[in-house]
Amino acid sequence: MKSLALFIVLLFGGLLIYCTLDFPLWGDPQAPASMHVSPRYIEHVMQETSVPNIVTAVLADYRGYDTMFETIVIFAAGVACLFLLRVFRRTESETQLYRHVPTGITLRIVKGAEPPRESREFERIDLMWVPYDLIIKTSARLIVPFSQIFALYVIAHGHHSPGGGFQGGVILGASIILFAISHNLRSSFSRISEKHAVLLCGLGVFIYAGTGALSIFLGSNYLDYGALSQIFGVDPVTARSHGILMVEIGVGICVMAVMVHLYYNLASAGRHDEGL
Amino acid sequence: MIWQIELVVLLMVIICGIGAITVKDLLGAAILFGAYSFMMCLLWAIMGAVDVAFTEASVGAGISTVLFVAAVFRTSRRTKD
Repeated sequence: MKSLALFIVLLFGGLLIYCTLDFPLWGDPQAPASMHVSPRYIEHVMQETSVPNIVTAVLADYRGYDTMFETIVIFAAGVACLFLLRVFRRTESETQLYRHVPTGITLRIVKGAEPPRESREFERIDLMWVPYDLIIKTSARLIVPFSQIFALYVIAHGHHSPGGGFQGGVILGASIILFAISHNLRSSFSRISEKHAVLLCGLGVFIYAGTGALSIFLGSNYLDYGALSQIFGVDPVTARSHGILMVEIGVGICVMAVMVHLYYNLASAGRHDEGL
Repeated sequence: MIWQIELVVLLMVIICGIGAITVKDLLGAAILFGAYSFMMCLLWAIMGAVDVAFTEASVGAGISTVLFVAAVFRTSRRTKD
């Protein structure tokens, strides 16, 4: 069986490599893509959208439908992960561990005993507990705000430099995951709960699709941001650039929420009590 | 771009790719996959596709490695085959 699988893989790999010989050379000016499509964008992008980064203009404006359904794919992946992994029956573990913060003593509460109230003095800790580490927590606390600011910069500055909603959303999600890893899953839930994460997934798609619908209401085609000039009070070309920013924000919110939600489900095996 | 560096990066991509599918330790495979993504990110940057390189660095080398590690943490660390 294994040799058959190897044979099939080698056969199709060889076929794929053989087919790449027919491709135009890398950077070939005579290639069909460089002959017709690319010059059109390169010549007209500034006067049509006033976005210097052509990649962003193509992604969010000329190929707006593509990006919208990419966002929906990510949203669907998040929802599928929710249904596959999430355990909806809530089962409390038999023993619970609490840490007395001023002294560092760990209390083990067996079933039936009354746990202490959550307060500044007592914090609930995971059964698979890693020792409290001041260095990791402090350095993560220093890194998280800067990476979040950087993520917002990447989303907002996608018009002028590489970046955009997908990358910025992933970095924003990564900062929250870094917080969850360096502290614990429970303190991360108190910042962004599961409910918020799922709602934000939908909100991101809603912002994107809503921007498209808004341009219909203003008397234009779906995702034709030029119509938004009536709202922003600018000329249609600048309105396109604002419309791109709106959909990038939607993409960023959706991607961030999906990443955080995927991490919650994977790290806690769907039980959302304790994890990595 | 200096072609020697490109060659080294390409070789690293192949080595990391083969390593990620042959190594028995799944945590090691996840980390090798992260290294593979990072080398791919360098290749995209060499070819001038900066946006793709950025995505590869943040999604491939960043988030997906974390998700793999989380999945390994909740399942088993060794493969059966």
